[in-house]
Amino acid sequence: MTDPDMVPNAAPASHNSGGGRDLFSKFDPLIAERQALLDTGVRDPFAIVMDEVHSPVLATIQGKETILLGTYNYMGMTFDPDVVAAGKKALDEYGSGTTGSRVLNGTYQGHKECEEALKEFYGTRHAMVFSTGYQANLGLMSTIAGKEDYIILDADSHASIYDGCALGNAQIVRFRHNSVEDLDKRLGRLPADGGRLVVLEGVYSMLGDIAPLKEMVAVAKKHGAMIAVDEAHGMGFFGANGRGVFEEAGVEGDVDFVVGTFSKSVGTVGGFVVSNHPKFEVMRLVCRPYVFTASLPPSVVATAATSIRKLRHAGEKRAHLWENSRRLHQGLRDLGFDIATPEAQSAIIAVLLPDQDKTVRMWQALLELGVYVNMARPPATPAGMYLLRCSLCAEHSSEQVGQILDMFAAAGRATGCIQ
Amino acid sequence: MTDREETFTKVKALIEPFNKKGVALTETTTFAGDLEWDSLIVMDFVASVEDEFDILITMNQQAEIENVGQLVDAVESLRNDG
Repeated sequence: MTDPDMVPNAAPASHNSGGGRDLFSKFDPLIAERQALLDTGVRDPFAIVMDEVHSPVLATIQGKETILLGTYNYMGMTFDPDVVAAGKKALDEYGSGTTGSRVLNGTYQGHKECEEALKEFYGTRHAMVFSTGYQANLGLMSTIAGKEDYIILDADSHASIYDGCALGNAQIVRFRHNSVEDLDKRLGRLPADGGRLVVLEGVYSMLGDIAPLKEMVAVAKKHGAMIAVDEAHGMGFFGANGRGVFEEAGVEGDVDFVVGTFSKSVGTVGGFVVSNHPKFEVMRLVCRPYVFTASLPPSVVATAATSIRKLRHAGEKRAHLWENSRRLHQGLRDLGFDIATPEAQSAIIAVLLPDQDKTVRMWQALLELGVYVNMARPPATPAGMYLLRCSLCAEHSSEQVGQILDMFAAAGRATGCIQ
Repeated sequence: MTDREETFTKVKALIEPFNKKGVALTETTTFAGDLEWDSLIVMDFVASVEDEFDILITMNQQAEIENVGQLVDAVESLRNDG
């Protein structure tokens, strides 16, 4: 019996069995575009391997010590000694994993402890921990809005929000990014019956711009909608307690749900929703992305709880992160780069470049000099933009920000992106 | 002109700014195939149609609309609902 498909390294030409079309043929244009890019000799921007990670801001990539400027590790908690110690202790005491759903055998003391830490951090009555931030959005969107209800979302919403809508049965209405007027108009056109959930984000991660939450929340309230705000990129360094952009905007009392993640400022992995809604706990029974997956390992919730408690009192780190972000923004502008926001609105500084070729060459030049940033391209970006996205960390020293600017200057001149 | 013809004319005018290839527009012109629109253009275009006719076209409804004629029918039906 010789099945050609079973021969190792056989040419991957066609895997049709019988008359059906190869299901992968729909990806041919993408495969060809990617190959054409790699054939120009550039490194694959989506296949970087961190061989060693020395700190929140330093790694070894292909033998080169590299400053990390694209990790969303805003508060630099990944190597915090208390956080690491809490994880090791939980690993010793509770083992490597729960092997179960939160509603069966997967809720340990550590999961409750983590939810307590969140309730204290946000000052809310309820907190639900999910296995990822992606699942927290999937869970909230797909569960609370039914077939007769409407979800009204910003056109630039994160994929997890869109996917949560696709998983559920609600009617989905989009408004133009960050447009208060557009939101108002669309809410005004909704039929009188049916529930309404407006979904906003504190910081939009592609361009690093923030939402005018004060105005948007007021408009949503005027039309009787419930409001969810995703603070994935705002937690830790916006507002007096680091809760997020909604805290800084002074709308805490009007927001019904805050969604967040542990994989950015908190420095591990996981997601959550916090709320004061009196019936919120029923979500644990009806939310499929919460019920039908394994819970986080004990070491992860222990590191998250410790990190969240420390973030409450991280005023100095917050101040340094803002100082780093403003300095990088101003420095890049002074060099002649085009930045997506007029000032540093968050810890994400997005450099706009004209096309894929220049973007990839600039990205590679930076990597060879010793700084890693994220490359982003359509369709992940709004309006077909090509971006080099920088995210700063409270652990970047002032000296490192200076080095980063020097490397941007050298790479920019070498690739013709700046004069 | 009937109401539907009038809507068709208005929809064609709204398509033009996004009709980069200058495709001749008929009832059966498709958005993804003939006009080669991506999701970003669709978003902008739908918003302009919604504002022109003071209606909402949910993403659920958009998923069913593939060509110009179907869009005109949807607009007509949504206007009469309102």
